[in-house]
Amino acid sequence: MAPVLELRGITKRFPGVLANDHINLTLDKGQIHALLGENGAGKTTLMNILYGLYQPDEGEIFVKGEKLQVHSPTDAITAGIGMVHQHFMLIPVFTVTENVMLGDETTVAGEVLDRKAAAEKIRHISETFHLQVDPDAFVADLPVGVQQRVEIIKLLYREADILILDEPTAVLTPQEADELFGILEGLTEKGKSIIFISHKLREVAKIADQITVIRLGKVVGSTTPKNADENKLASMMVGRDVLLRVDKKPAKPGKTILEVKDLKVTDERHHLTVDGVSFEVKAGEILGVAGVQGNGQTELVEAVTGLRQPFSGTITFEGKDITEFGPRAITELGSAHIPEDRQRDGLVLSYPIADNMVLNTYYQKPFAKGVLLQEKTILETANQLVKDFDVRTPSAMTHVGNLSGGNQQKVIVARELSRPLKLVVASQPTRGLDVGSIEYIHKQLIDRRDKGAAVLLVSSELDEIMQLSDRIAVMFRGRIIDIVEAKDVDKRQVGLLMAGVRGEKKADGKKRK
Amino acid sequence: MATSTATTVIKPTVEYTSTTRRFVMGGIFLALAAVIWLFFVRTTDPGAITTFGLNPGGSTQFEYPDWVFNSVNMLNILAGLAALAGGYQVARGFGKRTNLVLSLVAGAFIFGFLTWAAADQSLNLAGLLRSTLQRAVPITLGALSGILCERAGVVNIAIEGMMLTAAMVSALVGSLTNLWGGLIAGILAGGLLALIHAILSIKYKTDQIVSGTVINIFSIGITSFISAKFLQKYEELNSSGTFPQFEIPLLSKIPFIGPIAFDHNIFMYGMFLFLIVLHFGLFFTRWGLRLRSVGEHPKAADTLGINVFRTRYMAVILGGMMAGFGGAYFTLGSVGRFDEVMTAGRGFIGLAAMIFGNWRPFGAFGAGLLFGFADMLASKLAILGVQIPSEFLLMAPYIATMIVLAGVVGRSQAPAADGKPYEKE
Amino acid sequence: MAERPKPKASKETQPDRSAVKIFLDEVAKAPLIVPVLAILSGLILGGLIVALTTEEVYAVWRTSPLDAIRVGWDAAMSAYSALFNGAIGNPARIAEAFRGGDALEIRRAINPFFESLNKSVPYIFAGLAVALGFRAGLFNIGAEGQLFMGAVGAVWVGFALTGVPAIIHIPLALLAGALGGALWGFVPGLLKAKTGGHEVINTIMMNYIAFRLTEYLLRGPLQRPDSFNPVSPFIQDSAKLPRFFEDPIRFHLGFFIALAVAYGVYWLLFKTRWGFDLRTVGANPNAARYAGMNIVVVTIAAMSLSGALAGLAGANEVLGLNHNLAVAFSSGFGFDSIALALIGRSHPLGVVLAALLFGTLRNGAIQMQVSAGIPIDIISVMQAMILAFIAAPAIIRTIYRLRVPTGVADEIRVRGWGG
Repeated sequence: MAPVLELRGITKRFPGVLANDHINLTLDKGQIHALLGENGAGKTTLMNILYGLYQPDEGEIFVKGEKLQVHSPTDAITAGIGMVHQHFMLIPVFTVTENVMLGDETTVAGEVLDRKAAAEKIRHISETFHLQVDPDAFVADLPVGVQQRVEIIKLLYREADILILDEPTAVLTPQEADELFGILEGLTEKGKSIIFISHKLREVAKIADQITVIRLGKVVGSTTPKNADENKLASMMVGRDVLLRVDKKPAKPGKTILEVKDLKVTDERHHLTVDGVSFEVKAGEILGVAGVQGNGQTELVEAVTGLRQPFSGTITFEGKDITEFGPRAITELGSAHIPEDRQRDGLVLSYPIADNMVLNTYYQKPFAKGVLLQEKTILETANQLVKDFDVRTPSAMTHVGNLSGGNQQKVIVARELSRPLKLVVASQPTRGLDVGSIEYIHKQLIDRRDKGAAVLLVSSELDEIMQLSDRIAVMFRGRIIDIVEAKDVDKRQVGLLMAGVRGEKKADGKKRK
Repeated sequence: MATSTATTVIKPTVEYTSTTRRFVMGGIFLALAAVIWLFFVRTTDPGAITTFGLNPGGSTQFEYPDWVFNSVNMLNILAGLAALAGGYQVARGFGKRTNLVLSLVAGAFIFGFLTWAAADQSLNLAGLLRSTLQRAVPITLGALSGILCERAGVVNIAIEGMMLTAAMVSALVGSLTNLWGGLIAGILAGGLLALIHAILSIKYKTDQIVSGTVINIFSIGITSFISAKFLQKYEELNSSGTFPQFEIPLLSKIPFIGPIAFDHNIFMYGMFLFLIVLHFGLFFTRWGLRLRSVGEHPKAADTLGINVFRTRYMAVILGGMMAGFGGAYFTLGSVGRFDEVMTAGRGFIGLAAMIFGNWRPFGAFGAGLLFGFADMLASKLAILGVQIPSEFLLMAPYIATMIVLAGVVGRSQAPAADGKPYEKE
Repeated sequence: MAERPKPKASKETQPDRSAVKIFLDEVAKAPLIVPVLAILSGLILGGLIVALTTEEVYAVWRTSPLDAIRVGWDAAMSAYSALFNGAIGNPARIAEAFRGGDALEIRRAINPFFESLNKSVPYIFAGLAVALGFRAGLFNIGAEGQLFMGAVGAVWVGFALTGVPAIIHIPLALLAGALGGALWGFVPGLLKAKTGGHEVINTIMMNYIAFRLTEYLLRGPLQRPDSFNPVSPFIQDSAKLPRFFEDPIRFHLGFFIALAVAYGVYWLLFKTRWGFDLRTVGANPNAARYAGMNIVVVTIAAMSLSGALAGLAGANEVLGLNHNLAVAFSSGFGFDSIALALIGRSHPLGVVLAALLFGTLRNGAIQMQVSAGIPIDIISVMQAMILAFIAAPAIIRTIYRLRVPTGVADEIRVRGWGG
């Protein structure tokens, strides 16, 4: 019997990136096929191609042995393919019934909505597949786990046979995730086939029948949970052979610069995303915060840099309580911040480089005298920084928006690291950059450490954490589950910690419970 | 069933029925009670008699006797009710029924005002209501136009311009052909301007406010231009006449309400019809579900195979046609000729009514009635001999809208994707 | 959004590109090309409308379509020549007057030019108001209302204050105008910063409140005692902005005040740290927050300042030209200024140039109405079309087949409204 779904040689190029490189994938009926890979490995792109949101440059898709052209989600839906997106596609002010039937409405006389009949159908589905949900509830009132059930019901309502779930556990609590796994098993028993996208080793090993590992847009291996343990999967997923070598001397930690005590921070939706975090960073050391994205690192950095008011706990800078301080006050203490999203927070793209170089010091001498900006000084300083930090640009008056990502980041690094500093907070400092820029920025951070600054490095790139850090704190679900000396651990062990597996230090990973 | 045990949610400090809001609303109720007592009761002679006429005039089929009562007693009762509501609100709170109570208290206040104004006088209450309803017609139609566009995610501040152009076109074409020809031309003119708005804001992703401004400036220019160039010169081009008034069988026989609401021309009935059709259409049909989904979360709609762009085009053009119908009212439904800038900001009041009515047809109608009442009263104040400048009454809709928008009277719920161009990846 | 500069398209790939096309592409890189082409297109379409609304064209069309086109062309041309004469002056008449040497006749002949400058004054102020708002990421659609409040403030100080010398009276009256407008900008600014209430709706509402308030004041407290019309008393002589020539030329100091204020706005926006705050909040509020700027204060200050500028527009009309206040004193300066600010790219210099254009058109249109019988409102139609072309440059690029420029342009960003 032909497999339910087969992808052959799918290739997708974006400007400058090969997102998918001849990917093959086979999904058998009633199976859960896990697609494992780091962030940015190309998993979501592949699934968006399958769902008709992107068009592949090369490759073919077969459903039940028949070749399929997917030009739009409608084509995918017709072919029985459904997708639960990482960010839910639900309308908060609509009821469950309205969300589920949208686009495929149950109607009387062709136009008038038959909510009762649709709700009945939803009840039937939820009983058959054990997906408890109240069809009349408003989505906005439902917890995230239940919202996800609504998304799954949406697919079943359209009688999808192939279900794609993109990072379905990213937003769930462990209990909710366990519940989801139960639901998925029930679905496969009823003959549905599932593609499960994740970067979490443990859950993949737990529920998948087949595992395909993707790295940098390529399939690096296919296996089954029986034949591979988490160690092997971890090295397949993160194991980059080409390592960027960084020369660095042993750290000489001095006095404590930044101290965070029992910090709790909430996000926009009032969820507690940083849940009682404590750590300290000393002068002359780099503390790397490792962790899968979305485990509270963003909010932690925002709290430390004054962009977000913590819910409780204290932050001290050289013994001074700065919990209530705003960004400017913290900057003035001698703190630098390389923000996670450089285009959103760190730069004004419509400004020339020169203005961006003084974005947070423009009001101080020598850049301003009284209320007057000293354009000449600003320009001279910018020219010097462009030279010192090797920003490739025609001139310091070029708009930052016209620079490449690497040069944009260099502008931020130049601005932040050129001041007298006691603390550097760098969040994902090399995301999306080319090798040359990465190397350069790494050198700069180490240089700042050697000159006696405390460096707090937050990154979801494990390699980066391993190479730069003197100590590593691993964040998982808003907590720091362990702080280890960088020289005592290898990448695999940190990788397991990132996945929430708490093994013993120096353990070989098999001792997990 | 829900097992959200582990996700800790810190309760938001501001909620729909927050303490702040409870006290603010309670304060408003008490203030209204105080105004009734301080300004109305104390300035009214204790023996004064209020006389309300209950026949709107025109229709002579029924004769209801006048409603006569002691002014001060009535005012005291109204003030007492408002004070009770305020006290309860401060002490306990009406919770989700706060807005309903607010409208009741506001109604009591308005009634109190009329009672006071008509102390020792006779006031034709039925006539006032009939006039209020008439003035609510263009405002409500404008609001319905806004609802159609904004529910689909396209901000429309060009209602005023669309109405103005439609008023001119329907007068012109109505004079050349007949009333129905004028009406259809007016509706099409509104639709055509809406098409331009749609192309600018959906296809070219122009800022929707700028696009609306373009249409408003254009409309003022082109209507005044044609009016000055042709309509004033050739009187026969500007004498469309008006649609006749007719009674709706049965409905017009309803006591009191019948003569007020069911003895008008087609614009009134059109408004009632569109009100019901749009409410039903938006909330009970496939068409409405899809239209609203596009205004709330276009990407979600797109992933379910709904054509976001087409839906938005459709909604905006229909909205323009609705504004066109409302614009035709000014000429074909009211005075029978076009005068420069005759809409005089009614389109913007319609926009305000849409916001005030929370983007819902019947809410907008309620707001339209309220604003129409203020409009009507402003022109009647002089007759009543009340010492309040009419301009202040005319400001009321605008001030009320700003208060609503500021969230004092509860959050207004604009469609989530309102004003945001949709970009397909 | 950020694009890297693309390599220039090589000529080989498009062998049929004409020299004109290459020239246009080169010019397209200059920031002025789209506004210039938009204005040009607006003028062409305006002429077309004039031709299409000329009755004779249709009369002739039945016999000879070719003649009809000629008649239409003539109508458009005579309209535009009347417009030119009304805006700049009739060259023949000016030459004649200078030959004759009669001072009054010379003043009459050159008056149109100065009257155009006068008409530009409120446009400069109101355009600056809207432009300043845009720079701070705010859409001030309420310039018209602010202008009314400015006029009210100025006229009140202008007639009620007596016995002070002009050197004090004029600045006080201007200040009162600025304060009136600032108040009308402050309220929506405060609501925006504190409650998130969208400034577009709030400024529209504030417009109508201003209109009604002005009407009330002119029928009540500010009404001229001996008049039954809703007009204010005339201002004191000491509050009148000095004029530079004798009648009929009304050219007054306001024009130079406007230029000075335009320079002041330029200086504030681009030379001071306050302007840096304002522009950063407008260009990227997230980065502004990151850089430690106070968005609430900047928003309120920007809206108030914008209102003050619009208020000065009203004050100048009252103090320089009309010397009293009537309800219909503004011919929609505040609304036109939105178009103006966009054409001027929200830059003070651009605003001044666009204001001179608009003032000239408006003034010339009066003559056009008198001598060619073309209603003045054609100007609004043209302004709307110019604005449409500016706002959707893709249309202009399609018509004139220009390439899309690379790089990051200044954009106006307006956020959704409501809750």
